[in-house]
Amino acid sequence: MRAGGVWQRLTEGVPARALAALAVLAALLLAAPVLSQLLPAGDYWLSILILMVYFAYIGQAWNIMMGFAGQLSLGHALYLGLGGYIAAALYANLGVGPWLGVFAAVCIAMLAGGLIGYLGFRFSVAGVYFALLTIAFAEFTRILFDHFKWVGASGGLFLKVEPEGSPFNLQGSPVLFYYVILVLAALAFVFCRWLLTGRLGYYWLAIREDPEAAQAAGINVFRYKMLAVLISSGLTALGGVWSAFYYKNLFPESAFSMGRSIEVTLAPIIGGLGTLVGPILGSALLVGLGDLFTTMAERLAEYGIKAGGLKQIGYGVALLLIVMFRREGVWPWLAHWLGFDRHRENQP
Amino acid sequence: MPDDPGQFVVTLLQAIVMGLLTGMVYGLMALGLSVIFGVMRVVNFAHGEMMVVGMYLAWLAFDRLGLDPIVSLPAVAASLFVFGYALQRTVINPFIGLPEHMQFMLLLAVAILLVNACLAIAGPDTHGVQVDYMFDSFNVGPLILDAVRVYAAIAALVVAGLLWLFFTRTRPGKAIRAAADNHVGALVVGLDVKQLYAMTFGIGAACVGASGALMLLIVQVHPFLAIDYTLLAFVIVIVGGLGSMSGALAGGLLIGVSEAVAGVLLQPSLKSVFSFGLLIIVLLLRPQGLLARRA
Repeated sequence: MRAGGVWQRLTEGVPARALAALAVLAALLLAAPVLSQLLPAGDYWLSILILMVYFAYIGQAWNIMMGFAGQLSLGHALYLGLGGYIAAALYANLGVGPWLGVFAAVCIAMLAGGLIGYLGFRFSVAGVYFALLTIAFAEFTRILFDHFKWVGASGGLFLKVEPEGSPFNLQGSPVLFYYVILVLAALAFVFCRWLLTGRLGYYWLAIREDPEAAQAAGINVFRYKMLAVLISSGLTALGGVWSAFYYKNLFPESAFSMGRSIEVTLAPIIGGLGTLVGPILGSALLVGLGDLFTTMAERLAEYGIKAGGLKQIGYGVALLLIVMFRREGVWPWLAHWLGFDRHRENQP
Repeated sequence: MPDDPGQFVVTLLQAIVMGLLTGMVYGLMALGLSVIFGVMRVVNFAHGEMMVVGMYLAWLAFDRLGLDPIVSLPAVAASLFVFGYALQRTVINPFIGLPEHMQFMLLLAVAILLVNACLAIAGPDTHGVQVDYMFDSFNVGPLILDAVRVYAAIAALVVAGLLWLFFTRTRPGKAIRAAADNHVGALVVGLDVKQLYAMTFGIGAACVGASGALMLLIVQVHPFLAIDYTLLAFVIVIVGGLGSMSGALAGGLLIGVSEAVAGVLLQPSLKSVFSFGLLIIVLLLRPQGLLARRA
């Protein structure tokens, strides 16, 4: 396909205003490390931004499975953990650099995703039952890694801080990590748009809305659900590799935890399931709210009001209100309010 | 393998009986989840959090009033009933029949609030109760049974029995089962389904609250237990059959025993390998649960 054709496919039906807004956002994100230095505590703001982009990226990856193909996974920590552990163990134990190790990490995560998908879809485990299956595999792997000596078992796996390390070993300043995750998130955004505008996207839509009707219409439901799991688990593993090298420590208790799996799902559901902007908006909202409540809890502590969990209570209330009053997610409502969905009216 | 096979059999039997006793309390916990799902088709992702709230209430009653958890159990269950009833009426009712991910997110928010409210009020430290019969035991042949587990299991059995009587002998209990069987039919014959749903959620919450009070006799409480109990309750109801009452109890016993036996045969840190392995096998081969009849 010619470059012009791809561009047309990606932008067809998108209002010019939306494209302009996207371009402004992209420019701001590209310039963010420079802009953040103009602020007091610029490094802090950059670290918050890094979190936002990271959750937007893994949210986008999870969204392929749930938002596009309708398969609820509550076990994505499995792919994050596997990806991170494999790349980190290859580097720490065998000296294999992450740009090579990432291939092994993604392959093994896709194998795990493929296995879960194969078992789940072949045995027609659906809905809540499928979600529990994904949790069970993540928990199972967590316990295995707790006893896996080569990766440090429950004592954890650590990567050395290498101040002189080269970017070829994914070592460096937060700015490097920011641009790496930003590029991943941007590519995932464009890739998802490309998927959605093609045949595969329409197959997924049909499967999500009514799997039996899709099967009756001649769509190989099993094959396309498998594709969704494979793509989603592979992309998620990339995020896991990034996060392992960014945080430089891995523990089975946290890497494969249920809490981490839940974190992955928050941004896309709050932002708007199945939408491309949803994970980005949801991540910005949630990380922003989290930071806001941390600051508020610190302020309260200055006045002598101190209690563990205050920050999370604020977070929980915000989450509850968003879920109750914007149950489709924030983006569909915001897009309508901004008029970005007007093009739909012209379509039959 | 230990040197003395006789001793090994006794150790194993001991573990099985302990597992059965703890399993009764697990079963009661899972019963709450099963009742809620069976009637409303809502998966309560805040179940472990409600369990921990029950444990904290029982601890408060012990700490402030010196009440034994078995004595404070009716009050704890009643508080959780009121909480569950009110929660269903205000927050959960609009989400009945909506897609699973919306219910999941809603109950997740509830779970975050509950666990952090516990954290804010009681702090991150562990709390337990010291009852008089804490170190008592019964000797049955070569087996030694902890008194706390025996009493907790008996109490769990009594609560489950009362629940069974409620669902089979009383008018509201029968009405709830009717609404679970046929939503439209229940509406047609003039049942107040909204009211029944709120009652059901209250009953589910009371069940898990009661089991929390009993669990406090066996383990110490801290806020971060919650997610483990949520997972445990899921494993039990799936193994026993989601929505089935007897299945939940049987699943509780099975998981209780499997955890205890894995602790003896392998090592305690591997105890949930059995449960999650069993969960995967049951999901794939018998998703209706081990006990349920094929639909």
